[in-house]
Amino acid sequence: MSVDAITGAWQWLATAANWAGEKGVWHRLGEHLWLSGVCLLLSCLIALPLALWLGHIGKGGALAVNVSNVGRAVPTFAVLVLLTLSPLGTHGDWPTLIALVLFAVPPLLTNVHLGIREADRDVVEAARGMGMSGGQLLWRVEIPLAYPLIMTGLRSAAVQVVATATLAALAGGGGLGRIITAGFGNYDTAQVVAGAVLVALLALLVEGVLVLLDRACDPMRGRRRAVRGKAPAPPPGPAPRQDPQPT
Amino acid sequence: MEAPVRATEALTGLRSLAQGGGPGCLERNDWICGEYLRTRSQELLSATLQHIGITAVSVLIGLLIAFPLALLARHRRGVAGPVLGLTTVLYTVPSLAMFALLTPVFGVSPAVVVTGLVLYSLTILVRNVLAGLDAVPAEVREAARGMGYGPARLLLEVELPLALPALVAGVRIATVSTVAMTTIGSVVGYGGLGNLIASGMEGFFKAEVLTASVLCVLLALAADLLLLGVQRLLTPWTRARTGGRRVRRPAPVAKAVG
Repeated sequence: MSVDAITGAWQWLATAANWAGEKGVWHRLGEHLWLSGVCLLLSCLIALPLALWLGHIGKGGALAVNVSNVGRAVPTFAVLVLLTLSPLGTHGDWPTLIALVLFAVPPLLTNVHLGIREADRDVVEAARGMGMSGGQLLWRVEIPLAYPLIMTGLRSAAVQVVATATLAALAGGGGLGRIITAGFGNYDTAQVVAGAVLVALLALLVEGVLVLLDRACDPMRGRRRAVRGKAPAPPPGPAPRQDPQPT
Repeated sequence: MEAPVRATEALTGLRSLAQGGGPGCLERNDWICGEYLRTRSQELLSATLQHIGITAVSVLIGLLIAFPLALLARHRRGVAGPVLGLTTVLYTVPSLAMFALLTPVFGVSPAVVVTGLVLYSLTILVRNVLAGLDAVPAEVREAARGMGYGPARLLLEVELPLALPALVAGVRIATVSTVAMTTIGSVVGYGGLGNLIASGMEGFFKAEVLTASVLCVLLALAADLLLLGVQRLLTPWTRARTGGRRVRRPAPVAKAVG
């Protein structure tokens, strides 16, 4: 990367005027976080009960897998533009909100369903034998055992939402992506790079915070190793994420 | 008040659908328009070809880089962590930001899009190549070595064929997501069908946006099926046991051979 671009981006970021006002970084960051937060919440409300229930009754495996395969083949940009041109496009943030939810649901659905399905069957049977009801089984056995994959799904969905919110700018929505697209529009390389750095930092920050949160909240911290003994070896790599998908 | 208007709108939409987007659909700005397909076929074709070109080059370069990386990570376990960690970090960066960061390096050129897509495909490809090679049973490896296979021949004639299903599974995932992500390349003007989606958005041209979007999805599906076919041709022994869908469990494949 040329030195010019780096110093230019640094100067852009160091200019207080670029952070203030309607088109400033703080306002765009606010839009980005608000959109992402609302959509993550909505996607959880849709996907979590469905995936937990389907996993618990042991159905819908094909659905959970196919949803994420289809999700990968459909370009986010196309969905955003199609929704913007549809009658919904006149209703403010709705096209962006719907697109974000559409792309956050698949990783949640797939991972949570897989987690519940792959909970050690022996343990589940033992719990059933001890007289646990369906609800107890789900809350006290299956969910704790599926916790790592549930968190992986949540993390993928969150990163997905943050990334998709960036693309919303391409279709005229708000968020940090707007800084990049505005930079491209004005042939202002410094602004383009500065916006990209901000977006990349936000995505990495969200991923990092969720990894830490995941470790801190694990209901079986320290006990998982013993349980894992029987499970197949986890795939190599730091994040055994199911069906990752960049945006 | 609004409901009857919507109903008539839907009705005209349906009628134009029934006529196959008959004459005048361009003036009416219908979603589906046969006239658009006829008059702009050249534009559609060149955008599709650009899309295929960018995707194919990106995945091929990705594979060429991922393979040595995976071999390196396998022989030096110390390298595996950083390699996988770095590719995962790259994966987290949204594509718009990635292309924006690469623009000052390459200027506004196809290289921006291809480099970005290569970096994304690396994550999936390295992981899948590594998983495929790791899943080769130790006994098979020992038997080949006992028969006098050297390291290169062992890799090419024993390990690679056994790792092929996992490898192709990785290539399929990488290809399908690359087809979808190529559209974002329209920010620098090299997005294949994405360029049409972008220009359709600016001109509020519904037929252009929908046609390009549908073509994009069809392209992804076609590439996926093509690769599945290639894998079946290359590994006829897996057909009896697996549906070609077993991304993460290549073990039964080896069993079918052994």
